[in-house]
Amino acid sequence: MKYMLLLRYTPGVGPDEGTPEYDAEMAQWGQLTGELTESGALVACHGLDTEDTATTVRAPKGEVILTDGPFAETKESFFSYYILDVADLDAAIGWAKKMPCTAYGSVEVRPLSKYSQDA
Amino acid sequence: MIEAEDAAAARQALELAYREEWTPLLATLAGQVGGDLALAEDAVAEAFAAAAAEWPERGVPARPGGWLTTVARRRAIDQLRRDQTRTANQAALDHLEQMLRDDPDPSAGRDDGQDTSGVADDRLRLIFTCCHPALAMEARVALTLRAVGGLEVTEVARAFLTSETTMYQRLVRAKRKVKAAGIPYRVPSDDELPERLAGVLHVLYLVFNEGHVASTGDALVRADLCEEAIRLLRMVVELLPGQAEPLGLLALLLLTDARRAARTDEAGHAVALQDQVRARWDEGAIAEGTELLARALALGRPGPFQVQAAIAALHAEAPAWEMTDWPQIAALYGELERLEPSPVVTINRAAALAQADGPHVGLAVLATLEGDERLARYQPLHAARAELLARAGDAAAAAAAYRLAIDLSDNAVERAALEHRSRRLLDDRRPG
Repeated sequence: MKYMLLLRYTPGVGPDEGTPEYDAEMAQWGQLTGELTESGALVACHGLDTEDTATTVRAPKGEVILTDGPFAETKESFFSYYILDVADLDAAIGWAKKMPCTAYGSVEVRPLSKYSQDA
Repeated sequence: MIEAEDAAAARQALELAYREEWTPLLATLAGQVGGDLALAEDAVAEAFAAAAAEWPERGVPARPGGWLTTVARRRAIDQLRRDQTRTANQAALDHLEQMLRDDPDPSAGRDDGQDTSGVADDRLRLIFTCCHPALAMEARVALTLRAVGGLEVTEVARAFLTSETTMYQRLVRAKRKVKAAGIPYRVPSDDELPERLAGVLHVLYLVFNEGHVASTGDALVRADLCEEAIRLLRMVVELLPGQAEPLGLLALLLLTDARRAARTDEAGHAVALQDQVRARWDEGAIAEGTELLARALALGRPGPFQVQAAIAALHAEAPAWEMTDWPQIAALYGELERLEPSPVVTINRAAALAQADGPHVGLAVLATLEGDERLARYQPLHAARAELLARAGDAAAAAAAYRLAIDLSDNAVERAALEHRSRRLLDDRRPG
């Protein structure tokens, strides 16, 4: 089954860039992504730029309205995602548990819709 | 006359089949349709409905379980055929159709295509799926009672004082999540088992507590919940005999349930442990609970439920409140605090220490909690303080603590009991 893991954290928490903790976390991410690739579970993964670079597009009455910023202002930042193809929810949760951001943020595990499962 | 007897026999056979066959039927069929609980539950419920319609007319089949299995499989196949949108259905459909061909006559031959070890495994898979931590706790409880326990949706709703519609929606949503989110229909692997088993036990403990503690609603239904929790736990113990904590929890529930008759007086008021007429305790349940606890402890894998059962056993074996082994109970609460720290446990340890060594010792332990702001409005803390202050002779402080505890209580029976204790304290102070 395919799952999207949505990774969020509150900017300001977690290790700061340039600290040994930050480097250690980056090494953890690298290793995790390596394990995921090797296991064959990894479909895609990317990090996202921050919300202040986002543009939201809406066309409620056919007329396009662009908004500077994300679809909703939240304290948490959606900073990265993984798409995994694994046996079941337990396997997806197993990978999510290994993500360093669970210590100070969250990982939302969402199955792809049934129409996207086989796509 | 004969027709009436037939109808009665059919009804009896149906009740027996429902009690004995619901769980294994649903558990096995759910496995055969790839863990789709909603589909399996509908099919099994339809099979029982068909039995209710047919058995009184045509007689009870020689193998009721086999008859129900076949009908449930046919209903599942019908459902899978109707819903061709699911590509994953084909494998389940082929599997079920093959089994129907292999076992065409439901009323003859073997009762079931499965060997018993398979059925046992299926029931465990069902239990672990219903208690999966990705489901909300209230969904786990509802799903366990409905799917594993076979309670009707109305019964589950009544037990939890919600409307049938709310409960129905809760169950539909839970079953949808099981399927859509890919919650696996399996027994957890050995390394996950302790944590997941603790989750299952927690659900059954909540079911029991709902029946044991609640003060509102239909009293009979509540006792049924206690019995249901015990019945389901017996199943878990039977399926996982080498695990200590299920035995510990079963012991705890039996030892607690043994006091049921003594917990309320004729007027229906709650009676505190210290005031209970111990002759009304159920000796059989106490004997069984004590024996189960010994079996659990012999496995050498201690856990919080075993500790709580040991405390309940000490209460059970004391001929009178005054003769309770308080130092031992205080030590066990200390052990429980280490395993599972919580304010309730600390309060209980303080109460036991007060019995063993005097109210001031207990109050000193409670004082460690009083600095915690989160507990400022925690009713049990103030009730316990009131009790110990009264015993220490500080009537004014005790009355204030009782007042606070009464104000914080949202449970009518509990409030009445506190008011009663508070009045008794004030009466004791009056001369004469």
